[in-house]
Amino acid sequence: MRRISRRQSMAMIGPAIVSATVPALAQSAAAPIKIGFGMALTGGLAGGGKAALLTYQIWQEEVNARGGILGRKVELVYYDDQSSPATVPGIYSKLLDVDKVDLIVSGYATVPTAAAMPVVMQRKKLFVSLFALAVNEQFNYPRYFQMQANGPDAKHEFSRGFLEVAASLDPKPQTIALAGTDAEFPHIALEGTRDNLKKYGFKIVYDKTYPPSTIDFIPIMRAIKASNPDLILICSYPPDSSGMIRAAHEVGVTARLFGGGLVGLQFAALKAQLGPLLNNIVCFDYYVPEPTLKFPKIEEFLVRYRAKAVAAGVDPLGLYIPPYAFAEMQVLEQAITAVGSTDDDKLAQHLHKTTFKTVVGDIKFADNGEWAESGMMLVQYQNIAGNDVEQFKQAGKQVIVYPKQFASGAIKSPFDTVKR
Amino acid sequence: MSATTNASSEVPSASAVWLKRLLGCGIGAVLIVLLFAALDWTGTDYAYLAAYTVVQFILLATAWNILGGYAGYVNFGTAAFFAIGCYTTVFCYKAFQLPLLATLPISAVLAGLVGLGTGYLTLRLRGVFFSICTLAMAVVLQTLVTNWNYVGGSRGAYILRPESVPLFGSYSRFLFAIMLAMAIGSVLLARHIERTWLGRGLAAIRDEELAAESSGVPALRLKLIATSLSGALMGLAGTPFPYFITYVDPTTAFSLNIAVNTIAMPLIGGTATWLGPVVGALLLGIIQQWVTVTISSSLNLMIVGVLLVLFVAVAPNGMVGFVQGLRRRKA
Amino acid sequence: MDITWDLFVNALLSGLLLGGFYAATAVGITIAFGMLDIANIAHPAFMMLGAFLAYYFNTWLGVDPLIVTLVVMPFAFLLGRCVYKLYYQAFERRSDESLQGLAFFFGVLFIVEVGLLLVFGVDYRFVTAPYIGPSIGMGPISVPMRMVVPLLVGVGLVISVQVFLSRTFMGRAILAVAQDREALRLVGVDPIWIKEIAFGIALATAVAAGALLIIIQPVEPSVGRDFIGRVFAICVLGGMTSLGGTVLASAIVGVAESFTSTFAGPSWAPAVSFGLLIITLAIRPSGIFGR
Repeated sequence: MRRISRRQSMAMIGPAIVSATVPALAQSAAAPIKIGFGMALTGGLAGGGKAALLTYQIWQEEVNARGGILGRKVELVYYDDQSSPATVPGIYSKLLDVDKVDLIVSGYATVPTAAAMPVVMQRKKLFVSLFALAVNEQFNYPRYFQMQANGPDAKHEFSRGFLEVAASLDPKPQTIALAGTDAEFPHIALEGTRDNLKKYGFKIVYDKTYPPSTIDFIPIMRAIKASNPDLILICSYPPDSSGMIRAAHEVGVTARLFGGGLVGLQFAALKAQLGPLLNNIVCFDYYVPEPTLKFPKIEEFLVRYRAKAVAAGVDPLGLYIPPYAFAEMQVLEQAITAVGSTDDDKLAQHLHKTTFKTVVGDIKFADNGEWAESGMMLVQYQNIAGNDVEQFKQAGKQVIVYPKQFASGAIKSPFDTVKR
Repeated sequence: MSATTNASSEVPSASAVWLKRLLGCGIGAVLIVLLFAALDWTGTDYAYLAAYTVVQFILLATAWNILGGYAGYVNFGTAAFFAIGCYTTVFCYKAFQLPLLATLPISAVLAGLVGLGTGYLTLRLRGVFFSICTLAMAVVLQTLVTNWNYVGGSRGAYILRPESVPLFGSYSRFLFAIMLAMAIGSVLLARHIERTWLGRGLAAIRDEELAAESSGVPALRLKLIATSLSGALMGLAGTPFPYFITYVDPTTAFSLNIAVNTIAMPLIGGTATWLGPVVGALLLGIIQQWVTVTISSSLNLMIVGVLLVLFVAVAPNGMVGFVQGLRRRKA
Repeated sequence: MDITWDLFVNALLSGLLLGGFYAATAVGITIAFGMLDIANIAHPAFMMLGAFLAYYFNTWLGVDPLIVTLVVMPFAFLLGRCVYKLYYQAFERRSDESLQGLAFFFGVLFIVEVGLLLVFGVDYRFVTAPYIGPSIGMGPISVPMRMVVPLLVGVGLVISVQVFLSRTFMGRAILAVAQDREALRLVGVDPIWIKEIAFGIALATAVAAGALLIIIQPVEPSVGRDFIGRVFAICVLGGMTSLGGTVLASAIVGVAESFTSTFAGPSWAPAVSFGLLIITLAIRPSGIFGR
C-alpha cells in the first residue's frame, strides 16, 4: 500500500484539528434573566408542549410589561426536544454551557424530565418540572420541584381514584387488566397500581407493556378482551391513548370501568378527534369546568389564554397544562423576587418553605418536591355528542366521580363500544 | 521537514526508523497538549463534549474501515456493536458499579465475540447479503435489548457520572482523554494492519476473492479476524457513551444514524488507508457539530447523506484518493 | 392469557391481510434486486415518500389516498428511471457495484427520510377515508376495513405486475435481462433501457405501497426503516426472482409477525422479519422457490 508522507498527513489533519476548537461564546453577566428549557414542540407530547410554551410566553409578556423581575427582563431560551428523551441531555448541556441561561425548567411530561435529571444534578441546578410523575423517587434530589397536583405519594395517587370507584361498583368487580407503554410515566404509574391492588383484592388477568413505537393496538386489545377483565386500566401517552381507544372500539371491548391513566384525553385535539368514542371512559384530570370545582383566578387566566391559543394553533380549551404552566412561572417569579437573586440554592430553600398563591390556588411543596396535598381527580366523559370541541367548555361532559368532596355526578358503568 | 518516503527505493536504516518513530511520538504528544489547551481555553464543558463526538467518530470510522475499506465488506450494523459497548456499561454499572476503565476490556471482548459470531454466520454470503444481514442482526439485537428489563428496556437507563476524576479534573475531560487514547490506538492498529500480511490478504480479498482464495489466502480466517477486530473497536467506542450522554435507551444506542455516519466518513475520506477515515471523521464530525450548535440537529443527517452520495458517485476513492490522484497527475 | 380459538383465528386473519400488503411492498425489490441485481435499500424511503404524498393531498384536497396513488405512480416511474440512469452512470458502468452502490442507496435513503422529516416533522400523520374506521364482523371474527382495502389493492398490484411481466414484450424483456443480458442485445434490444424501465416500475410500486401503508397505520418518516429488512427478507425467502414466491413469503412474514404480536407481545414483532431473513440466509439462501 502507498504510504502517506508525513507532510501529506499534516497538511490534512493540522487545519482540521485547529478548527475543532469551538470558540468560547463570551457572555458577560447580561441584564436579562434567561430561563432555558427543552419543550416537546413536535412528536407525541406536542399537544401539551406547545400549550406550555404559549403559556410561558404569555407570562413572559405580562412580567416584562410590569418591568421584569428585580428590574431585569425575562428571556426564554428553548429547543424542541421532539418528545424524545434522547435529545434532552444535549439540549440542557447546550443551554447551560453555550446559551448560559440563569435558570432551567423542565419540558413537559415525565419522560423528557427524567432524562434531564443527571445533567441537572451534576450542575446542581434548581429544577421545576411540569407534569412529571414521581421522577424524584429514584433521584432524591433536594432541588427538584414538581408542578402537578399529584400530592406527596404521586405514584400511588394515579390509580387510587380508579380503584376506589371500581370498588364502589355493585356487584364488586373481580378482575383487572393492566396495560401501558414501556416508558417512564406508565412504568411508575403501573408500579403504583400493582401496589394499590394488594389492598383492593382485584385479580390481575393481563399485565403487559408495549414499546413506545407501537402503532397497531388491535393485537393488544384482542388479548385484553380474551382475558375477560371486569376492569381495564391503561397508562399511556397521547398517540397510544388514541390508538388504544380506537382499537377498543374496533375489537369490541366491554368492561365495567375503562381508562385510568390515559394522558392525552385532557388535550382539546384528542377530545375533538375521538368525540363520542370517549363516552364512559374514566381518566385522571386536575381541572374541569364543573360547578363543584372553583379556583378563583383560573377563569380570567383562561380568557387571556384562549384569546391567544386559537391564533397560535394550540389547544383552544387550555384546561390541562396551561393553568399549571402559568402557576409554575408565578412560583418562580415570586421566589426570585423574595430571594433577590437567581441563586439555585437560595431559591430551592425558599420553595421548600413557602406557600405560593397562584391561578390554581395555594401551592405548598412537600420535602420530596411534590405538592403537599393532592389535587388529582377521576373524571368520566359522559354525553359526548359529535366532535365539536366547544362542548367541553360546558359542565356535565367531564363529570368528576372522585374524590367525594368534588364529585359532580354519578359513575356510568359499563364502558361499552359504540354500536354500528 | 520530513522527506517523502519512497516505498520502492532504499530501505532506511534501523536507527533512522527509530528516530522517525520518536519524532512522530513527539509531534503527537505536542499536538495533544495543544489540543487540550485549546479546549480548556473555551472554558466550557461543551467543547469537550463536542470534541468527544468527533473523536468517537474517528474511532468508529477507522474500525469500520478495517472490514469495509480493507476487505470490501460493508457493515450496516455498526450500531449493534456500538450498542453492545453501551449496554455492557449499563449492565456493569447497575450490577457491579464497575468504573469505566474496568468495563472497557469487557465490552471489547464481548463485541469482538459477537463480531466473530456474525462473521461466521454471514461471511460465506455474497457482499450484499452480508450487508443486509448485518442490518438484520442490529435489529434483532435491538429487539432483545428492548425486551431486557434489567437494563431499562424501552424506558432507558440513567448513568450518574462521578463528581470528578483525579488528574483530569472534570469528567468530560476524562471521557475525552479516554476516547482520544482509543482513537489513536485504533489508527495505529489500522496502520499496522495495512503494512502486514493481514492487510495485504484483505486487499487481495477485496479485489477478487476467488482468485485470492485459489492463491492460498485463507479468506474466511482473515475475514473473521477483520470482523472481530472491527467489532471490538466499535464496542469500545460505545462503552463510554452512557457516561457521556447520561441517559441511554435502545433507540439512541442502536440508531441507524450511527451507521450512516460510520459508513460516510471512510467513504468520503478514502477507504484505502488509515488516513481516509480520520480525514472523513474530522471533516464530517466538525461540520455536524457546527451545524448542531448554529442551525439544527436534523440538518446533520441530510448533510451526511448528500455528501455520501456525492462522494461515492464523483470521487469513489475519497478525498485522500482524490488528492493522491492529483499528485500523481502532477508528477 | 388463554390462547383461545377466537384470538388465534383473528391473528391468522390479520397476518394474511398484512401479508397481502407486504407483497405490494416487496414486489419492487423482487424486480430491482432479484431480477436486476440492484440492492436498492432506499426502497422503503420511496415508500415513505408515497405515504406522505398521499397524506399531503388527502389533507390539502381531501382526495382519497388511492386516487393520489394512481396519479403519482407515473411520476414515480419517471423518477425511478432517473435514479437508475444516475446509478448506471456512476456505478454499473464502472462495474464498481458492491461497496459504492450500496453506499449510494444508503445515502439516498437518508436524504429522502431527512427531507421528509424537515418538511413534515416527526409527528405521526394519518389519512381519512370512508373505509378507515369501520370493521366487517362475522361473529367473533372482526376485520378492520382499513386492512382489507390495502390487501385487495396490493394483491391487484402484484397481479398486474405479473401479467405485465409474462404477457407483454417489455415484461418478457425484463425477465430476459435478468437471465442473460447479452442474448437480449443480440435480439436488438438495449438491456440498459430495459433495466431503466424495470427500475421505474419498481419505484412506482414502492410509492403505491407507501400510500397503502398510510391507510393501514399512521406514519412518520422513520417508519420506513422497519421495512428495509422486511422487504429483503420477503424477497430472499421467496426465491429472489419469483413473484409467486414473493406473495407466499409475504404471507408467511405477515402471519409470523401477527402471531408474535398477539401472543408474545408487540415488542418482539420487529425482530421477526429480520430473524427470518437471517435464518433463511443461514440455512437455505436460495429461498423457498429458489433454484
